[in-house]
Amino acid sequence: MQTALSEEIDVELSLDLYRCMLQLRDFELKVQELYRTGSMPGFVHLYVGEEAVAAGVCASLKREDLVYSTHRGHGHALAKGVPARELMAELWGKRTGCCGGRGGSMHTFAPEYGFMGTNGIVGGSIPLAAGSALAAQLRNSGQVVVSFFGDGAVNAGSFHESLNLAAVWNLPVVFACENNLYATEMAFYRATKNTSVASRAAAYAIPGQEVDGVDVYEVYGAAKKAIQRARTGGGPTLLEFKTYRTLGHHEGDPGTEYRTREEVAQWKARCPIKSLRERMIGSGQANESQFEQIQKDTDAWLDDAVQFAKSSPTPDPQTVLEHS
Amino acid sequence: MTNKQREITYGEAGVEALREEMGRDPSIVYIGQGIGPRGGNFRQTRGLWKEFGDGRLRDTGICELGETGLAIGAAMNGCRAIVDEVFLDFILEAMTQVIQQAATIHYLSNGKIKVPVVIRGAMGSVRNAGAQHAHSFYAWFAHTPGLKVAVPSTPYDCKGLLKTALRQDTPVMFIEHKGLYNSKGEVPEGEFLVPFGKASVRREGSDVTIVAVGRMVQLASEAASALQDEGIAAEVIDPRTVAPLDRDTILRSVAKTGRLAVVDEAPAACGFSGEVIALVSTHGFDSLDAPPRRICSLHVPNPFSPALENEMMPSVTKVVSEVREMLRG
Repeated sequence: MQTALSEEIDVELSLDLYRCMLQLRDFELKVQELYRTGSMPGFVHLYVGEEAVAAGVCASLKREDLVYSTHRGHGHALAKGVPARELMAELWGKRTGCCGGRGGSMHTFAPEYGFMGTNGIVGGSIPLAAGSALAAQLRNSGQVVVSFFGDGAVNAGSFHESLNLAAVWNLPVVFACENNLYATEMAFYRATKNTSVASRAAAYAIPGQEVDGVDVYEVYGAAKKAIQRARTGGGPTLLEFKTYRTLGHHEGDPGTEYRTREEVAQWKARCPIKSLRERMIGSGQANESQFEQIQKDTDAWLDDAVQFAKSSPTPDPQTVLEHS
Repeated sequence: MTNKQREITYGEAGVEALREEMGRDPSIVYIGQGIGPRGGNFRQTRGLWKEFGDGRLRDTGICELGETGLAIGAAMNGCRAIVDEVFLDFILEAMTQVIQQAATIHYLSNGKIKVPVVIRGAMGSVRNAGAQHAHSFYAWFAHTPGLKVAVPSTPYDCKGLLKTALRQDTPVMFIEHKGLYNSKGEVPEGEFLVPFGKASVRREGSDVTIVAVGRMVQLASEAASALQDEGIAAEVIDPRTVAPLDRDTILRSVAKTGRLAVVDEAPAACGFSGEVIALVSTHGFDSLDAPPRRICSLHVPNPFSPALENEMMPSVTKVVSEVREMLRG
């Protein structure tokens, strides 16, 4: 149990991590609201409960570093620096979205911020991330690539082939598994005999580490080390972040048929945002008014994004064949 | 110096294209099985490893999905990448990466992400390798938005199209034919490109248009020679790329000849032959003097026994007799 701030993490960084997690949470809750009222098309998979992973990992990345994400990727995009306005407009299928409305939630790309895409195919982006790391190595670009994926991806062939090649070629990539215990409705222990993702690193002779994925300090510390290792020629690392999505698989899935209410309540109680706030107040590192200010800032930030997206024009149908 | 042009093989022409382009563009990386010291199962990378080394020629184990995905990812981050499936048959292990990732990302990113990847593989039947090493499913890729598909039939085109492929900003399927690697043809030394979407008229004629790609061009040309002896002048069109497809050259030819036959090593159902016939039926219907014909492989997997496979595949004899029937009834 951690009672004090980690030595590496000062108050300013702690507050930044808090702000980032709160933005991710409130953005998703707003998307849920907009989606439920029918104003947002498509399908959305919300990141509520897992905020500490994206915030803690991306805090150590530079703008030119790359992130490859998943179908549950709004949080990764925001944490990597994609402006909320552009992301919200993309989810709404608007011309001002980061892909001009061509991608939507599961195909959102913003390479100018090093965000190489959410992805609708589970495991589909893992080889792409390793390949971009190969390019970084060949071009000596100094970039590190982070590949986010869930527990649902680790039993797919793309996981194995990518980790194997990344290991043998010593590529600058961090494999960040968000183990939220369920692939849609499939419990991880029912899908595989070896439920330790981190232990699979041994199969590729690379470092693997299990991390408490709702403790943002733990996430930050482990990711920073892995990113540093990748950047200095130490090759790939497999990190397994134990986390939980407190909502359903996608918006519309109640998520109650395959999980008990007790289990969900237990994980909700371990909310990464609330626990950081309590910890910082408890240790005297910050006070209530600071957190109130962050909440106000976040409300304004989110209102701005929603207004921008709402008032943005839809794409011109005549442009449908552009970039084909 | 003689005026006679230099002759090299189809395989050598591909190697020459790679050598020139890899020398010109240091961002090119080549990924595949046996493409390093071995020089490729079809000798399609012979000598390149010595010149460019382990860094740029990435030999892998057997993992087509990984190889292909990594090549696409490398192309998304500043490299030009070639992934060699060697046998096109093996690309099936990697299809999700080709169709779901490579083909979509440039468009979905609103053109922000370039994906300059060349996905290479050799199709078709050669020396009775059997069903799992003999597929000709090049048309699947032309069916997919976001992919260009080159299908070279000569050493000249192999070099010129591969060089063009390596200068695109979006994915190219470069589909050779296993049975053509040792075929020889004139290839000028040094720099030249063959543009995409520009068909070649392999032989001029006024009585019937025969459209074919890959190894079937050779077969169609042999059939045309035999038909010439019977007084039938066949025009042979080789589209060279099926995506983009040079519709104008095909339509112009049929406008002249009034008859169309398509020779395809793939089966007829939902394939390239049907596409060409649909094109002509839609945009050149008034030119047609007879129903178009397709001379394609029969609708079964390639059988092993030469006696059966020969029956299953298009042949010069079959093309000659089908075309003769079209003209003589």
